[in-house]
Amino acid sequence: MAEVLVYVDHVDGAVRKPTLELLTLARRVGEPVAVALGDGAADTAATLAEYGAVKVLTHEAAEYDDYLVVPKVDALHAAVEAVSPAAVLVPSSGEGKEIAARLALRIGSGIITDAVDLEAGDEGPVATQSVFAASFSTKSRVSKGTPVITVKPNSAAVEAAPAAGAVEAFAVTFSENATGTKVTARAPRESTGRPELTEAAIVVSGGRGVNGAENFGLIEALADSLGAAVGASRAAVDAGWYPHTNQVGQTGKSVSPQLYIASGISGAIQHRAGMQTSKTIVAINKDAEAPIFDLVDYGVVGDLFDVVPQLTEEIKTRKG
Amino acid sequence: MSLRIVVTVKYVPDATGDRHFADDLTVDRDDVDGLLSELDEYAVEQALQIAEDADDAEITVLTVGPEDAKDALRKALSMGADKAIHVEDDDLHGTDAMGTSLVLARAIEKAGFDLVISGMASTDGTMGVVPALLAERLGVPQVTLLSEVSVEDGTVTGRRDGDAASETLQASLPAVVSVTDQSGEARYPSFKGIMAAKKKPVESWDLSDLDLEAEEVGLEGAYTVVDSAAERPARTAGTIVKDEGEGGKQLAEFLAGQKFI
Ligand SMILES: Cc1cc2nc3c(=O)[nH]c(=O)nc-3n(C[C@H](O)[C@H](O)[C@H](O)COP(=O)(O)OP(=O)(O)OC[C@H]3O[C@@H](n4cnc5c(N)ncnc54)[C@H](O)[C@@H]3O)c2cc1C
Ligand SMILES: Nc1ncnc2c1ncn2[C@@H]1O[C@H](COP(=O)(O)O)[C@@H](O)[C@H]1O
Repeated sequence: MAEVLVYVDHVDGAVRKPTLELLTLARRVGEPVAVALGDGAADTAATLAEYGAVKVLTHEAAEYDDYLVVPKVDALHAAVEAVSPAAVLVPSSGEGKEIAARLALRIGSGIITDAVDLEAGDEGPVATQSVFAASFSTKSRVSKGTPVITVKPNSAAVEAAPAAGAVEAFAVTFSENATGTKVTARAPRESTGRPELTEAAIVVSGGRGVNGAENFGLIEALADSLGAAVGASRAAVDAGWYPHTNQVGQTGKSVSPQLYIASGISGAIQHRAGMQTSKTIVAINKDAEAPIFDLVDYGVVGDLFDVVPQLTEEIKTRKG
Repeated sequence: MSLRIVVTVKYVPDATGDRHFADDLTVDRDDVDGLLSELDEYAVEQALQIAEDADDAEITVLTVGPEDAKDALRKALSMGADKAIHVEDDDLHGTDAMGTSLVLARAIEKAGFDLVISGMASTDGTMGVVPALLAERLGVPQVTLLSEVSVEDGTVTGRRDGDAASETLQASLPAVVSVTDQSGEARYPSFKGIMAAKKKPVESWDLSDLDLEAEEVGLEGAYTVVDSAAERPARTAGTIVKDEGEGGKQLAEFLAGQKFI
């Protein structure tokens, strides 16, 4: 069976969930061979094997941390030459898309970004994409070269499928441009203890209606009562009330949780772009005409300062 | 020596309009009003600020697109860019990111550059790959997805806020930069700027000016095919209640019914 390369997103050996989803999708197209780079690369193997990686190609070098993107492209390029895969799958982060694009260009292949599903087809893997603020769904394929496809988080269920996961170090020669962009400082994000926005089953978001950083406590309390992640509209982020990492929408994160609760958010097209594929959508807004109500399964027309605390209390009571 | 900045800008269908696909499954550009992609306004803004801080700089805005794409160039010129290049050719219809980056790279080389500034992504395709592809094609460093950028003594420095960390990046010119919508609000064209823009030069180039063949671009040259496009079914209308004191409790009841509590 043909091999499919899966680029591993990990932090010091801890594999992030979207990579495990990629392994599920990769198995539909071929045998997953993972590529893990940088510090802790070999530590990823046990997890990757549990979810279906037949092989884990590893390479450690300081360049991956010290310089932007190109060293990773060089490595993935070397892996493609070593394996001759049927496809290459990369998680759809900002960096993932850049790595994938440069790789595709080097190997004379087409690239598809932000797939939300992937299946085998007669002429190679077929990717489903969600476009125009998720109002259309398209099916595309790469018509030249080895398909390079980036996949959004939450595009497949993580399924255990134990495989050998044999660790194999591979050789990488860095290109002349590998050291072009130096990372001179790095400040890791502080963890909030809440679930990761793109991975959470429930997302509770606040917008301009929350009216101040101090009031985001209300949104956080509701989120905590449900074990949810906290999101924000760009209006709330631009006002400085909540960090940009929590922004939902076109220029923030795309989320597709089981439940999305929007409070004080009007539902502009750019916000919808990041949340309209959520399974169940709930909104609280004092304006009955707000476009967010076109999307909801349940909506409350009312003041969020009354509705949200009452909801939080009621949830706590019911949960006991 | 003058700092030569090229800003790549895209003319896109208005996101608040009813966007859809043409029969050949390319983005329909006829039925919806177009405009300069909002995300490229941030690129023009940062170019203007970098130019203001430099002793001597010249900003060229560059677009690859149909006749109407001139509107995007005019807008950028009225914000304060110095001149514009419009790459236009019937054979470009249906060009994908690979092809677009090829045309842009050729045009950038022909124009001459020290710094290329792009938006983080186009608002229609939203791929966010063209800047990285330009860096690969031009063989220069990419300093991309920046929420903060500055240029000094031939070095570009910027901050990239990623998922796991916030990074400070540095590279020597020439380089390709892309900026996010966190980089600082874009200015509105002034009346004076709008008037001045009318007199600024806009050059038109076609594929032959860039030594490119029709087969290298367009639908024929594309590396990907779209087989189908379907409109997402509208969500079924939900229940909407007015809060009369019990709105939070009613909502909790709904969530419990859906097994979220
Ligand atoms: C290129 C581009 C990219 C963008 N990307 C994003 C993005 O990624 N994410 C994003 O969110 N936006 C994005 N936007 C911005 C988007 O267009 C909207 O401006 C933004 O989503 C509005 O945020 P909001 O709904 O919080 O604010 P508003 O539109 O001002 O809505 C606030 C809502 O709160 C309600 N409200 C006020 N007070 C209360 C109260 N006490 N109780 C209940 N309801 C109340 C009001 O009725 C109103 O409906 C982008 C725009 C552009 C041009
Ligand atoms: N046709 C085009 N003409 C000029 N610039 C473009 C074009 N397409 C993309 N770009 C630039 O590349 C950036 C990223 O686009 P994309 O990779 O298509 O999301 C945009 O913000 C523009 O700066």
